[in-house]
Amino acid sequence: MTWLQAAHSALHPASAQADRVGRLYNFLLIVAVLVFVAVMVAALWAAWRRRPIDEDTSPARDARAHRVIFAGAAATVAILFVALVYDLALGRSLTRRATREMLTVRITGHQWWWEVEYEDPTPQNRVRTANELHVPVGQTVALKLASADVIHSFWAPSLGGKKDLIPGHHNELWFTPTEPGLYRMQCAEFCGLQHAYMALEVVVEDSKKFAQWINAQRKPAATPPDTLTARGKLVFESGPCATCHAIAGTSAAGTIGPDLTHIASRRWLASGRLGNTRANLAGWIVDPQRIKPGVLMPSNGLEPADLQALLNYLASLK
Amino acid sequence: MTAASPPVIDLPPAVDPADHARLRRTYEPIRGFYAWLASVDHKSIAKRYIATCLVFFALGGLEAAVIRAQLSRPENGLVGPDTYNQVFTMHGTTMMFLFAVPIMQAMGLYLVPLMVGAKETAFPRLNALGYWVFLIGGVFIYTGFFLNAGADAGWFAYVPLSGPEYSSGKRVDIWAQMITFTEIAALIAALQTIATVLKLRAPGMSLNRMPLFLWAQLVTAFMVIFAMPSVATGSLFLSFDRLVGSQFYNPAEGGDALLWQHLFWFFGHPEVYIIFIPALGFISQIVTTFTRRPVVGYPVMVLALLVTAFMSFGLWVHHMFATTVPQLGSTFFTAASTLIAVPTGVQIFCWIATLWLGRPVWRTPLLFVMGFIAVFTIGGLTGVMVASVPFDLQAHDSYFVVAHLHYVLLGGAVFPLFAAFYYWFPKITGRLMNERLGRWNFWLLFVGVNVTFFPMHRLGLEGMTRRVYTYLESTGWGTLNLVSSVGAVIIVAGMAVFVVNLARSWRGGAVAGANPWDADTLEWATSSPPPPYNFADPIVVTSRSGLWAYGDEIPVLQGLRTDLPQVLVTTVMDAEPVLRHIHPSPTIAPFVMAVIIGAMLIGGIFTPWAYPAGLVAIGVPWLMWAWPRRRSYEHQEELKGTFSLEAPI
Repeated sequence: MTWLQAAHSALHPASAQADRVGRLYNFLLIVAVLVFVAVMVAALWAAWRRRPIDEDTSPARDARAHRVIFAGAAATVAILFVALVYDLALGRSLTRRATREMLTVRITGHQWWWEVEYEDPTPQNRVRTANELHVPVGQTVALKLASADVIHSFWAPSLGGKKDLIPGHHNELWFTPTEPGLYRMQCAEFCGLQHAYMALEVVVEDSKKFAQWINAQRKPAATPPDTLTARGKLVFESGPCATCHAIAGTSAAGTIGPDLTHIASRRWLASGRLGNTRANLAGWIVDPQRIKPGVLMPSNGLEPADLQALLNYLASLK
Repeated sequence: MTAASPPVIDLPPAVDPADHARLRRTYEPIRGFYAWLASVDHKSIAKRYIATCLVFFALGGLEAAVIRAQLSRPENGLVGPDTYNQVFTMHGTTMMFLFAVPIMQAMGLYLVPLMVGAKETAFPRLNALGYWVFLIGGVFIYTGFFLNAGADAGWFAYVPLSGPEYSSGKRVDIWAQMITFTEIAALIAALQTIATVLKLRAPGMSLNRMPLFLWAQLVTAFMVIFAMPSVATGSLFLSFDRLVGSQFYNPAEGGDALLWQHLFWFFGHPEVYIIFIPALGFISQIVTTFTRRPVVGYPVMVLALLVTAFMSFGLWVHHMFATTVPQLGSTFFTAASTLIAVPTGVQIFCWIATLWLGRPVWRTPLLFVMGFIAVFTIGGLTGVMVASVPFDLQAHDSYFVVAHLHYVLLGGAVFPLFAAFYYWFPKITGRLMNERLGRWNFWLLFVGVNVTFFPMHRLGLEGMTRRVYTYLESTGWGTLNLVSSVGAVIIVAGMAVFVVNLARSWRGGAVAGANPWDADTLEWATSSPPPPYNFADPIVVTSRSGLWAYGDEIPVLQGLRTDLPQVLVTTVMDAEPVLRHIHPSPTIAPFVMAVIIGAMLIGGIFTPWAYPAGLVAIGVPWLMWAWPRRRSYEHQEELKGTFSLEAPI
């Protein structure tokens, strides 16, 4: 499944912010390695050096040792001070909010999926999706982070540091992606049974592709092209699905689970747990507890014909 | 290190000091199972404490083994998420609350009275209570775990996940109540240490002559007293939210989820140093003994301990950088987190200088000290890295931090602890541990720890988050996780060697004698294992070099009765004798009280009425405990002004 590969590494930064943190990391790493080598050389030499039998043990040697220790302490303070200035300077500059217009996206953490909402002054231009975040390359995007239940944490290692999503608090995280590509993130704060499978994919694309994507997302769900698909829509609206899920343009308006208006356009199902294929979707609908034990979605004992119709319908939601 | 002449002591001997048999009867008036339950001998209690902690260490280690087995390959189905969450929560909880903190205190409960040269600890009955409460708390949480009611919200139990809405059932209640048990035990041990160090030191052992181990224990005890109330408040609020519907942490009702994090980490960060500082004390004693010279820079070492303890209370927010911390605040906490490396660095420099100046004798304890320097330095350096907010926001809650904290805790606590086991085992049992097995133990542990935890740095930077029960194959984390799990197998092998060594040496080790290492501290002046009364007569200390200042003749202060458990109380600063105090006799009251406290706290999970009922019931053992004993007042004698103690430093 190589087509599903997405970068998720602090060692491969793909945003202006992550890149600067990556350089800080390189600096700290070099300093740490040098200090470690120095300490170990000193310790091993002190421990196993050859000692003359008639070695001088006068207090003058202790005085010399004091001077060496003092020099070591001074060097420690100096090194730490340099690191501290670098840290604090970078920290200040990263927390200064960019002033020019930013794309703002509201991210709400749920047990165990991500709700994604693109803000827009025009209400019908707002886009609601889940577990997938599209952003244009080169433009700073601000994420407004909130939680619907417990604490979660947003961390896309290639795009920059993490921020917690805390109920009752509003946090913000911003980054400026520099390279188009796919970037994975997963929840970094322990949030219960399916903390491990709470991932989101960030799709960084050029502004033209992004515009196409967001325009497509703004449209309501497609009308079923054939009777089987129409039956699937009926299954969705009249069955248990609509209790929790919404599909814009239909009567399904549940808000407990992810919005499925354009589910067929997404690459993943169940918050990055499964690739979005027909077989995976069928398995998920019928028995989600087997795939993500503890997930809030119940098992659904659908008639095979209903299931096929439903799968057809969901596949039509491009 | 000049041998001083024994000081002049004009205190008339009360009874024949050679009457050891009589002393033994005085300090061990009863025998048998009842005596075991009623014992107030600090050595007996500390041995149980240490053994109990080691059992919990083994359980925590088995939990770690389950974690490593589950993560050894992607999408592994060995355990499900529910079991995994209980297992990792129990691993953290066990290692922090039931192993690391209590074993450091238990080592102190055994060694502090011996090292200050006292016959007993300051509050022997309280000591027994502390142990029983700890035992009941630990057994309680494990009973829950084995009944599938193990806590599953992490050892940090963040709200709202651990709150009433998202953790129904009794799992988190059991966890929060276990915190109460361990707090009581930790506070008791801390009071014990403070009073023993400050009031029961051997005559002449002024503060500036105290071995560094005692300084470390004293500083840690004060830290426990300042840190524990914070988590006590936190877990009390959590219990209230869960059991009686208060809303301390519920943002919907004006509470705040971050309040828990502040209360928890204001305790939780100093806790790391509560574990680490006693370990520094072990190392200073071991380095002294095996280099045959005092540690370089005694005043600097003491100051470093005090500075570390003080600064450790200014670091807690670095666990919370990702919650968004104001610029000024994060600057302060970054600076403090970075600069705490200075006092620890200075101590490491002092030990290295001591090694350089001395003639090291390569026995297992010193080998573990070298392991400590290597492993802990890596942990310390990654600590400086994560003190930086921008980098921490990448590393936080990832496996990088898992690597960092295990390097710190294994390097900073477990390696020194093993050094201490090998070093003090002969004092406790009278027999030496096997050196050959000791070396195997060391090398397996050293290699295992590095193979297990070093790859985790990389995994964290590659995006692997903590507390995940599994991961997809496409993440590419499989290989390094497998390496890490292989390392865990090596650690298990190292631990197995230790257990074998322990079992074999217990009865079959070489007989140690009083002072097998030719060490300088007072515990080595009495037989191994020490008699119930520790020392027949208080040893007089004339210099910082302790026993090294003397030849075969060790000056003692005579005049304590042998027909009564009479101990010498000395002044805080200069350890001048001021009082002969009668120590309490063995009693079952602490045990009974612990059982009632246990019943009250466990019952409190089910009904609030357990508290009033328990508080009334506690009155019974309390009366048994505190019933006035005439003889203790009759024979308590003021000594002030009756003698002089002049000795050169």
